Amino acid sequence: MTRQQAHQLAVGLISAVAALVVIPIVLVILFIIVRGIGTLDWEFITTVPRSGMKEGGIMPAILGTVILTFGTAIACIPLAIGAAIYLAEYARDTRLTRWVRLAIVNLAGIPSIVYGLFGLGAFVLFLNLGTSIIAGSLTLGIMTLPVVISTAEEAILAVPQRFRMVSLSLGATRWQTIRSQVLPQAMPGIITGVILGLSRAAGETAPILFTVSAFYLPRLPHSIFDQTMALPYHLYVISTQVPDMPLSIQYGTALVLMLIVLSLTLIASIVRTKMRRRREW
Amino acid sequence: MSDEPVRPKPYVGLFSQVSPSDRLRLRGIIDFVIERLIQFAGVSTIFIVGLIFFFLIREGLPAFLDIPLRQLFGGRWYPIDDFFGLWPLIVGSILVTVGAIVIAIPLGLTTAIYLGEFAPQWQREILKPLIEVLAGIPSIVLGFLGWVVLAPIVQRLGAPTGLTVFTGSLILAYMSLPTIISISEDALYAVPKEYRDGALAIGATQWQAVWRVVLPSARSGLVIAIMLGIGRAIGETMAVMMVTGNAANVPGLGLDMLFQPVRTMTATIAAEMGEVAQGSLHYSVLFAIGIVLFVITFGINSLAGRLMGTQAGRRRKENI
Amino acid sequence: MPNSHQVKIAIQDVSFTYSDGTEALRNISFDVYTNEIFVLFGPSRSGKSTLLKLLNRLSDLSEGATIRGGILFNGQDVFDHRVNVATLRRQISMVFAIPTPLPGSIRDNLTYGLRMGGIRSIDVLNERIERSLKQAALWDEVKDRLDKSAFALSGGQQQRLCLARSLAMEPDVIVLDNPTSGLDPLSTETVEESLQELKQRYTIIIVPHSVQQATRIADRAAFLLDGDLIEIGQATDIFVAPQDKRTEDYITGRFG
Repeated sequence: MTRQQAHQLAVGLISAVAALVVIPIVLVILFIIVRGIGTLDWEFITTVPRSGMKEGGIMPAILGTVILTFGTAIACIPLAIGAAIYLAEYARDTRLTRWVRLAIVNLAGIPSIVYGLFGLGAFVLFLNLGTSIIAGSLTLGIMTLPVVISTAEEAILAVPQRFRMVSLSLGATRWQTIRSQVLPQAMPGIITGVILGLSRAAGETAPILFTVSAFYLPRLPHSIFDQTMALPYHLYVISTQVPDMPLSIQYGTALVLMLIVLSLTLIASIVRTKMRRRREW
Repeated sequence: MSDEPVRPKPYVGLFSQVSPSDRLRLRGIIDFVIERLIQFAGVSTIFIVGLIFFFLIREGLPAFLDIPLRQLFGGRWYPIDDFFGLWPLIVGSILVTVGAIVIAIPLGLTTAIYLGEFAPQWQREILKPLIEVLAGIPSIVLGFLGWVVLAPIVQRLGAPTGLTVFTGSLILAYMSLPTIISISEDALYAVPKEYRDGALAIGATQWQAVWRVVLPSARSGLVIAIMLGIGRAIGETMAVMMVTGNAANVPGLGLDMLFQPVRTMTATIAAEMGEVAQGSLHYSVLFAIGIVLFVITFGINSLAGRLMGTQAGRRRKENI
Repeated sequence: MPNSHQVKIAIQDVSFTYSDGTEALRNISFDVYTNEIFVLFGPSRSGKSTLLKLLNRLSDLSEGATIRGGILFNGQDVFDHRVNVATLRRQISMVFAIPTPLPGSIRDNLTYGLRMGGIRSIDVLNERIERSLKQAALWDEVKDRLDKSAFALSGGQQQRLCLARSLAMEPDVIVLDNPTSGLDPLSTETVEESLQELKQRYTIIIVPHSVQQATRIADRAAFLLDGDLIEIGQATDIFVAPQDKRTEDYITGRFG
């Protein structure tokens, strides 16, 4: 075998393996769409479940996921952006900074079920919030921190240093420079990071198992101290916990969840490309 | 022409404290407060990690105090009869994770190499978003598919049940692929172009350049990718719970142990926490499992973080 | 030329070392007088830009650097811990080598420093816009499109906008770091003419694009080499009959 042949063989094998990675992704998405699309109608997304969830729609679960996603955003955004600004603009290379970075890497690596345990111990029991939207939002918010911090920090660091220099040289203070130059320019990246983080949170089940989720609650929550249904948990319940569940409802629920999460991902990448195109420097 | 220059008397116009303008002083205060808040936000991440550990300990400590360690890490997990041996769960987690990594490493690294070195631009623009999409698919959806589609297929292959180590590993492998691919691709990208050019200049084929030069120089980044992939796999809960059969036993050594049901640590917490009385020993043991998971992932991530730390620092402040 | 000089900036035995150990400046001392154009020239990496950044303490951004010596501005040490750097930078204003408009309109750019300093009055802002644009010889070209993006201007216009932006703050000293590096000859000439006008009101310190430019605009000049001050003197002396061999080599182009 000549070297050229060896090269071609290697490249061929490599592309085959890459295809092995990518094709199942496409198949999974298509499969869920094909099997779920038949169930997806106006009634399915706007009515409450009936007959032990075997009929009717999944509206409370959809709404619960939307509410939880907003709650997550509120819990996570201020702290995450603050931490990102700290790392990108203020932190010097000290031991404290290295600890902060290590903490973020670790937060990103803690299993979601451990976040669930933490939420149970800290928010549900210790702060006595009960299984509630607020306890779940706080849990998901903390879980989302590292994703948002990292992407926001990247976005802030990507703002060219010369804009900071110019702003400072015109007599702006450090914070004025950050507020009026750095943050506006980094905003597309920050928004992208926030949406990506939220899309993860919206699809998570483990952290909300013991902190918010109602097995079956065919109504809307009354307040943020109320429980709520949520799509991921609902899918878990109807696929494993309820015997004789019609497959169509299971696929329909999976499709709705996947659409919500993937459309958030899509919005994030559109924001990124749109804003990047508008940028003038 | 150049007489002795006149030196002006010092005046105090630059000192904000000495020439106080109210507005200037107010702005100073606002800046001070905001900068403290930002600093607090940064440092709070350390605090949060500490809090997580604290609450796990707070709820899980009784398990370590009330159950002899021999028994706690023993081989029997029958909570109903007060047998809380974590060994079968640890073995379950290890089996599924090792299986996942064995599948994911070749797939992930190869895909990263393809994307980074061989794929034409148009393919890259399709493939990279697709892999992001994979990262975005909720684990419960993959678990659901594993449950209704993959498990029956595995069973048809001859296993006594479709809910096995192998089924779990396969799904976990795909779930850790986005992590492995994106980090290893970054590592490959960071290898200076001159290295490749150098290899090509002495007559190596593109493949030889990648194999002999690029991969070795990207080694530490690839190790980080694999470590974070392991961390991702060992902590995964829902999908694993749905497809591994939830049988808390230690399968006998051999190839067919891949086709037996097991129960992982994560799945145990998720499945049983809903049924235990708060404050009971069983409840504490579930938190103790959380502590074990926390310690494992903390170790993996701290190590990976330290490796990353030696690489970082260069990229900052270079975008003048 | 007046026969006695007010010292505007006194640089006293200044040394500067970056955190990586690079010595950028060694024991530099000289005075800059009021209402002159003072030129700092020398090969690249001789420490000129570092020295400029010390004047308004943009050097604060270089983490871990060590500074020795003192810089007196109107008799006052700029490194005094009580100095409000924002106020200092409003009085010693800087124009950079790369024209760097801030995102936003021409108007936003011109009023940025003033707004950050707390000036809100529309009348004051408008008056400063017009005056500074006229001083920078840009008024006629942009007066009808003040609200258009600053990025729509040509490179030469952008650099004059940056000059006007500094002037709008009515500083005491203007520091220019190679302001004509990317400009065409015509724009360069316009900027140089503006500088001659401006020195009636301001003190100007400039790193020139070339020795030729230095000879065209300088009242006095200092030659820096590898962080050392080699020679300083009247433009009429230093460019015609340099005292030091190294200065002569550099000016005549026999250098490096």
